Amino acid sequence: MTAAAIELKSISKSFGPVQANKDISIQVQPGTIHGIIGENGAGKSTLMSILYGFYKADKGEVWINGKLTEIPDSQAAIAAGIGMVFQHFKLVENFTVLENIILGAEDGGLLRPSLAKARKSLKTLAAEYDLNVDPDARIDKIGVGMQQRVEILKALYRQADILILDEPTGVLTPAEADQLFRILDRLRSEGKTIVLITHKLREIMEYTDTVSVMRRGEMTATVKTAETSPEHLAELMVGRKVLLQVDKIPAKPAAPVLEIENLRVSDETGVERVKGINLTVRAGEILGIAGVAGNGQSELLEVLGGMRTGQGSIKLHGAPLPLTGSGANGRARRAAHIGHVPEDRQREGLIMDFHAWENVAFGYHRALEFQKGVLMDNAALRADTEAKMEKFDVRPPDPWLAAKNFSGGNQQKIVVAREIERNPDLLLVGQPTRGVDIGAIEFIHQQIVALRDQGKAVLLVSVELEEILSLADRVAVMFDGHIMGERQAAETDEKELGLLMAGMTAETA
Amino acid sequence: MEKMPKWADVVLIPLISLLLAAGLSALVILAIGESPTEALNLMIEGALGSTYGWGYTLYYATNFLFTGLAVAVAYHAGLFNIGGEGQAMLGGLGVAYACLFIPWPHWTVALLFASIAAGLFGATWAAIPAYLQAKRGSHVVITTIMFNFIAAALLNYMLVNILKPEGSFDPATARFPEAVHLPSLHEILLPFGINFSKNAPANVSLLVAIVACVLVWLLIWRTWLGYEIRSYGKSETGARYAGMSPVKITMIAMLISGALCGMMAINNVMGEAERLVLNATEGAGFIGIAVALMGRNHPFGVFLAAILFGFLYQGGAELALWTSIPRELIVVIQALVILFTGALDNMVRMPLEKIFVALRKEKA
Repeated sequence: MTAAAIELKSISKSFGPVQANKDISIQVQPGTIHGIIGENGAGKSTLMSILYGFYKADKGEVWINGKLTEIPDSQAAIAAGIGMVFQHFKLVENFTVLENIILGAEDGGLLRPSLAKARKSLKTLAAEYDLNVDPDARIDKIGVGMQQRVEILKALYRQADILILDEPTGVLTPAEADQLFRILDRLRSEGKTIVLITHKLREIMEYTDTVSVMRRGEMTATVKTAETSPEHLAELMVGRKVLLQVDKIPAKPAAPVLEIENLRVSDETGVERVKGINLTVRAGEILGIAGVAGNGQSELLEVLGGMRTGQGSIKLHGAPLPLTGSGANGRARRAAHIGHVPEDRQREGLIMDFHAWENVAFGYHRALEFQKGVLMDNAALRADTEAKMEKFDVRPPDPWLAAKNFSGGNQQKIVVAREIERNPDLLLVGQPTRGVDIGAIEFIHQQIVALRDQGKAVLLVSVELEEILSLADRVAVMFDGHIMGERQAAETDEKELGLLMAGMTAETA
Repeated sequence: MEKMPKWADVVLIPLISLLLAAGLSALVILAIGESPTEALNLMIEGALGSTYGWGYTLYYATNFLFTGLAVAVAYHAGLFNIGGEGQAMLGGLGVAYACLFIPWPHWTVALLFASIAAGLFGATWAAIPAYLQAKRGSHVVITTIMFNFIAAALLNYMLVNILKPEGSFDPATARFPEAVHLPSLHEILLPFGINFSKNAPANVSLLVAIVACVLVWLLIWRTWLGYEIRSYGKSETGARYAGMSPVKITMIAMLISGALCGMMAINNVMGEAERLVLNATEGAGFIGIAVALMGRNHPFGVFLAAILFGFLYQGGAELALWTSIPRELIVVIQALVILFTGALDNMVRMPLEKIFVALRKEKA
């Protein structure tokens, strides 16, 4: 048997009191795709950062191709043949593909010889692995899928034999993701070793040979993918049985609650992001907006939530809502019984330095029940927080803890509790489960469905197609600021939505 | 998890920074051939050894309280108000107009309206940079600094050309009428049997400043307006999400900040000089930045830091008077304190955080 491409022996790493990795041992066989799956904060990224030389392990050994290897920095990792493709690409936007590829790997002081050399080897690589990219295209002019290829080429150009990909499909359309996996497949057949970090069970099941599961800093299991099931993996990740499908009765859509007509929204730089859309959300239904990130969904949600200005008309129960002004219409929205779980809970939904009890009033802080004369009634706020924390099972149930010290899932529970407990007629939800652990996902989904079943309207924006399909009753797909089509969730599938997400209309699809 | 307990952040770090600054100052004093212990004794004796010394220390502290609070309020909204100096100058102008041209029946009424005038003038001076920041995105740090120069020029013009009494060669206003004389600590404390120094300038404004401390504390931590100010200071997108108007909060926070700076004039102009002179502010607007930094932008911290800087001012003046330590060295010492407590905060913080993390690990 050949030596393992990567072997980690008893790796431990802690940050202050938090133990991110506990005595982790793992073997990755050469020429395989090895998946690492786990909830947020399970320690996947820490482990890979140790492997790539960003962190130094407190204890343990790293063996690469059968040799004990010290990796004090990323240079050493590259020298050992490890390449990393980060979730957020590390590319210089106004450089060309070629310039990005040699960045940090230039030979000598002059650029020209390095560029020529890179151009030649890029050609070989492209032929060898089917990785075609225009070397002279500027990064900001090519698509996300292409940019990811550049990242892969960067690693290959540095002679990487082991490729680590961190959540590579987060920003891709389903079609682009398929292409990525075809490339990975090809790389594997050429003898490269691939480590795939993801939280998507489907990717693990479809594309990996072996899968390791992490939970709370520990490696709970390493199994052959062929010998396991999604349910089993989910259970290993969470430590208990999990409901993967959202359990819900069919929707009973009633009167329209939100009517959007010819809505146009421009961003700060004046670029039009939402280009005249029409949508209706009815009482008792969840309308899901699918789409690859950056196609106008965020701006749509922000306008509805009163954070942005726009043109056109939006009506709640037939009454028009303000679209213009200072862009601070959030208070009027809340007064009209619109709840809003924003896409980015850390930058929008919460003030991370505030105590939990301060955050539970965020947006409703002027409500009369929180005032005592001219002062705020902090005691009432804390009591309210305790009640919500108990009802939504926020852990730890400590109103005095700062928001930043809760896990992603518990932060989101605080936001969801705040918005749902106000009993809104319309709930706007953006990326409700981004960076949220599976256990909390289940809970948050149940809360949203429960609100729908009370006859409230829900508008859900998510880049997770799986989430849209399982949670929404009706799906509208957004591409480049337009609605490409609407489907009943029960009558469509990932393939059809994926084509719409890529900008193909029903006719061309 | 917090890296270290709150008390360490609030008490230990400023204390260590202060000791470092003192240590370095001692070395500098040694280097010019004077005795640091003697110098320290002299400073303490001069600033705190008599009611006269206390009177000056508290007088300076009153100035710093107003400007320190002003910087703190703006800071909570994420705004750095460096224009305290100019706003305080304009406050002086407001006080001068209120005191010179209206015949007040009693000092209490005069104080109330002079405070309002000072606040209004200071707030007006802050309003322009605030508006430019809120509407045009012109950075408030730059504009408030520039407004200090404009304020100095404006004051110069007003004193030389308009407010100077006929026939005087001194660029200053006439003396304020007797009716607006503010009681000094001597006059306030006499009925209680305390014989506070007659010649010290500390006056009733100190009490106004302390009341301002309490009010600022209530505003920032107990009202929805303070809640909005703090939210905006922490996260602009967050504030926008919660329906707060960035324009309004920027304006309000800067107006309050400018008003507090302006109100300093009831102490130095109305209480001490009893007329408006050139350079009445003596750099108190800038010291306010250091005071707010050191006081962690909390009114109580600002109170302690203001007293410390009052001590440094008065003690430093004594030092220059009684030793061959040159006046400039006092500025060096004050600068070292500002440098260590303000600018080099992280130098102390980082190692201290490591120590606390290590300690906790041992316990665990």
